[in-house]
Amino acid sequence: MESGARKKKIWALVIVGFFALVSVLTYAYNDYYIYLSAYLWFGLIYGMCLQYGRFCFASAFRDLFAVGVPRMVVGIMTATLFFAIVSSFVTAAGFSTFHPSPSGIHSIIAGLIFGIGMVFAGGCASGSLYKAGEGSGLAMLVILSISVTQSSFADLGGFLNKLVPASWHASAMSKNLPAVINVGDGWLDQYLAGYVWNYPKVTFANLLGMKNETISGAFAGNLVVGVVLPALLMLIAVYFIWGRKGFVQEKLKEKGSVGLRDHLTGFWGMILLSKRTSIAGLFLGVACGLQMFVIEGLRIKFGVRNAGEILTRLGSDSGISIRGTVFDPGYWYVTTQEAQWVGWVMHKLGWNNMDNIFFGYINGIPNPALNPADWMSLALIGGAAVMALLNNEFRFKKPTLEFAKWAIIGGFLMGIGSRLGLGCNVGAFFVRASNGDVGGWLFGLGMIGGAYIGVKFFNWLTERKMAKELAGIEI
Amino acid sequence: MAVKVEKISEGVYALDCTGLVCPHPQIYTKKMIEKIKAGDTLVVTFDNPSSSETIAAMCLSKGNEIIEKKSDCGKYVYRIRKSA
Repeated sequence: MESGARKKKIWALVIVGFFALVSVLTYAYNDYYIYLSAYLWFGLIYGMCLQYGRFCFASAFRDLFAVGVPRMVVGIMTATLFFAIVSSFVTAAGFSTFHPSPSGIHSIIAGLIFGIGMVFAGGCASGSLYKAGEGSGLAMLVILSISVTQSSFADLGGFLNKLVPASWHASAMSKNLPAVINVGDGWLDQYLAGYVWNYPKVTFANLLGMKNETISGAFAGNLVVGVVLPALLMLIAVYFIWGRKGFVQEKLKEKGSVGLRDHLTGFWGMILLSKRTSIAGLFLGVACGLQMFVIEGLRIKFGVRNAGEILTRLGSDSGISIRGTVFDPGYWYVTTQEAQWVGWVMHKLGWNNMDNIFFGYINGIPNPALNPADWMSLALIGGAAVMALLNNEFRFKKPTLEFAKWAIIGGFLMGIGSRLGLGCNVGAFFVRASNGDVGGWLFGLGMIGGAYIGVKFFNWLTERKMAKELAGIEI
Repeated sequence: MAVKVEKISEGVYALDCTGLVCPHPQIYTKKMIEKIKAGDTLVVTFDNPSSSETIAAMCLSKGNEIIEKKSDCGKYVYRIRKSA
């Protein structure tokens, strides 16, 4: 083994050793830290899976539209399916931490904005985290752009208040939120309380007249109707539009005709086109479901409903929301904690950003060193670094000026899309769709539209650059 | 940092996507394969790990053969022969 590769493997061990040491020492200091460590280790698993499978939600439809490769759509549908299976067991057993969010046209619009952003940035919210773990300076810039945009957007009022429809303002004011939240000031506050909250929270089980926690609701409603059927329909559509062409041509050459059996073989071939991505999807999906089970188990053990209570017991009650809560999803999430760490810095610099719904009423801005979701994201970057180091793929790359501008623009659009859609490709699509929330698929539809627009633009741009490069070259 | 195209010899072209991120390496590779003749060879260099799976899958689905794959320290060189 070359000394460079050996050194990288040692660094991988150092990272895992560091996380292990953090877990052991903090647990020795106080039992409650195991709650944060649970987030940490799931984050590490997510990072390893994402890097191993090159698992980026942005590439799913982007690569399909741009180069006709369906591998990531397959990977994401695999992950969604396995997450949904585990999640159904967890929900039926009464251990689910998932709560559906309001579904409406806003989910599609938010997904569209987010989708354009993720193509421009070169990666989705979770993809940027794992690429940061591979040493990409550009991905770090994307994360910074998403974080700053969200954190600012959550609290901005002023001229943006003038863009708020009167009906939103009136509806927001009628919600009787605490005066300290000042719901009449701030675009996002009035969008949330005056518009989004008026939409119903609907799952596929609810649509079929079932309760989510029942066996019929969790399995027949949310798993079969809410995930298996749409995922299967999507994969069949992808096969017939993009996947079958090369396969059919090959079969026609071989035997002159193509039957249903051949199409089934071709469909399965598409599923296995990238085993690496499908395997990552499988492990990712199972881990996501298990995280809900573990976090809910710890909440029962400690007799808490939210990490805000744990932080208070640990003696750190600053940055906790007016309801005593902090962001504590109980499952994989990416963007809210990104907004929080910048929000925390801004708060320390003197910006009063606790007088809004996002920070002040729901998520808080706890110290990042004690924020469970931040532990998860940092460990995700670490997990991706471990996998990249083990495979000799880690390489620090400085962002170039040309791509830095796309990273900032893309990150900005993803930040806006995340707040409008109540989450990113993970929180607003992957988690919600896997748990039978109708809004998850609506956000996904928007992301597909956004990816299409982004690809059209980049196709035009690259064609121009290519033409310049090829001038004078005879082919 | 921009894409670089070079004709190495008759029927052999080099596409340097070093420094480019998703989706650029795969888009340029696809466009370049479309432009060269059947039987020609394209040598693609890139350092964006996630493009490696996509470029490999793209070649497989279109029947273009990757005749040589090299990767070291996050830098990849794929030699692709365009199918007839």
